[in-house]
Amino acid sequence: MVKGKKISIEFLLITIALLFLGAMIYMPLLALLAEVVQGGWDVIVKTWHDRNFQSAVLLTILTAGIAVPLNTIFGLCTAWVLVRQRFPGRALVMTILDLPFSISPVVVGLMLVLLYGKHGWLGQIFDRFNIPIVFNLPGMVLATIFVSLPFVAREVMPILEEVGTAEEEAAKTLGASGWQTFWLVTVPNIKWGILYGVLLTNARAMGEFGAVSVLSGNILGKTQTLPLFIEEVYTNYQTGEAFAASLVLAMLALVTLVLKEWLSQKTGSGHRRIH
Amino acid sequence: MEQELGISVKNVSKRFGDFVAVDRVNLEIKAGGLAALLGPSGSGKSTLLRLIAGLELPDEGQILLTGKDSTYEQVQDRNIGFVFQHYALFKHMTVRENIGFGLRIRRVPHKQIKARVDDLLELVQLRGLGDRYPHQLSGGQRQRVALARALAVEPKILLLDEPFSALDAQVRKDLRQWLRRLHEEVHVTTVFVTHDQEEAMEIADHIVVMNKGKIEQEGTPAQIYDHPATPFVMQFIGPVNVMHRQKEQVFIRPQDVVVTLSPPTEPGTFTDRARVKRIINLGWEVQVELSLDDGQSLMAHLSREQFADLALTVGQVVYTTSKDERSFPLDYVI
Repeated sequence: MVKGKKISIEFLLITIALLFLGAMIYMPLLALLAEVVQGGWDVIVKTWHDRNFQSAVLLTILTAGIAVPLNTIFGLCTAWVLVRQRFPGRALVMTILDLPFSISPVVVGLMLVLLYGKHGWLGQIFDRFNIPIVFNLPGMVLATIFVSLPFVAREVMPILEEVGTAEEEAAKTLGASGWQTFWLVTVPNIKWGILYGVLLTNARAMGEFGAVSVLSGNILGKTQTLPLFIEEVYTNYQTGEAFAASLVLAMLALVTLVLKEWLSQKTGSGHRRIH
Repeated sequence: MEQELGISVKNVSKRFGDFVAVDRVNLEIKAGGLAALLGPSGSGKSTLLRLIAGLELPDEGQILLTGKDSTYEQVQDRNIGFVFQHYALFKHMTVRENIGFGLRIRRVPHKQIKARVDDLLELVQLRGLGDRYPHQLSGGQRQRVALARALAVEPKILLLDEPFSALDAQVRKDLRQWLRRLHEEVHVTTVFVTHDQEEAMEIADHIVVMNKGKIEQEGTPAQIYDHPATPFVMQFIGPVNVMHRQKEQVFIRPQDVVVTLSPPTEPGTFTDRARVKRIINLGWEVQVELSLDDGQSLMAHLSREQFADLALTVGQVVYTTSKDERSFPLDYVI
């Protein structure tokens, strides 16, 4: 009796979860795919050969390509400092670290324009050396870095905490330098956290719209990333092209997920990552 | 002939915030010795070990390893072996890779590493388990891997931080004897931390009893047991009765309590009348809980023969004296 009840509750919960996931995630993706297929091969080919589309794809990969490694290095340093060191103001830094998650991307964009614009505090300095930030690639990279900054640190910190310091200390007693300890002991222990953080950072970097939109000035074929391109063609009623480009963007995200799965299968310890 | 030098700790202190973990400690451990730092948790014994290792830096004082001032020497350069309480094996490396780690860091050629690891696997009796990962081993096996890893680099000094406390009783007993034998074989200056007096007695040739960041007493196991310098040591090393007699605290080991059926005849011996409250027969000895006339209780450990001769029953009136006792003034602060 009791067991039967338990099973039916389990069944109900599973059904709810699957329906929710289906309605919220799988079906929209499917709808996009169906729309593009229905639109026909011509639209896809046309979009593919569109120079503005091509430059948007390249720019998306370029901004992500700069922002992701920088945020990975920064995230690792931050995680290590916050977990392993005790210093005054540590709690404050922890709170500030989450700011990019909680501030609206548009506001982020405006803040950066204020700071790095021609008359901004930092903008003036860059202007003197003739380095354009706002409405140019550097500005877009800055915006991307800002919005995707906490992922690596947030993913790595709990794992670093859990792993503890004993293995690192053991390595040092055996003669390993700080650098050797980091690469031979710390990194293997936190690699899944790093990888997952990098993937999230990448997904956010490629998909960011609001902040990048403010910083880019939206110059067609020049400062347009894929999300900006999609928005523009969509509002110009080129829906077919918009959907085809959307599919490409969605695919880029899927590729990173598949890559992660493949990597974890290959090293055979993917199951050990806790999430 | 030049005397070999071991470890020399001179006036070393370490504070964590307001807490004084190690308080102006002086300690000499002779080369090739096997010393135990014994004390309750928070007594500073682990901190002292970590200071010797260089995992912590002292606030003041000096640490000499084999005659060389190592106070501010990096851990990496001290050439020590350290065994951690929870093994701290590298989870992502096999047993072989773990043991060979220190040699790999020292850029020893692969062939030599393999040979040395083979020898060590033999030494710690783990032949055939070299390709396992730590999570595939039992606790006792893991701790032996940790020991082999520490010994691989041929350290001048071997330091062990509560090495057996995470293991169950039987494994712990086996490993203690094994460590003793190992030390006779390798003869490296060894210091281990423990809160278990039995463990310290069994393994060490020199015991350092610590309390509240200070050394309470040090000496051979026999010296510590037979001539405890303070009430703390008396209470920490083995079970003891603490009795109040006028303005004195009297410490009597349960096995030093003498139980007789009639009052002793020799004059001058301190005698108490008592009633048998409880009898616990452990087989190899019998523990008798006595209640004195003034209400204090006294535990006596009797041999089987003694117990059989007395034929005690609960409620019976007996007389107690002691073979040996130590008294300290009542206001002595532990």
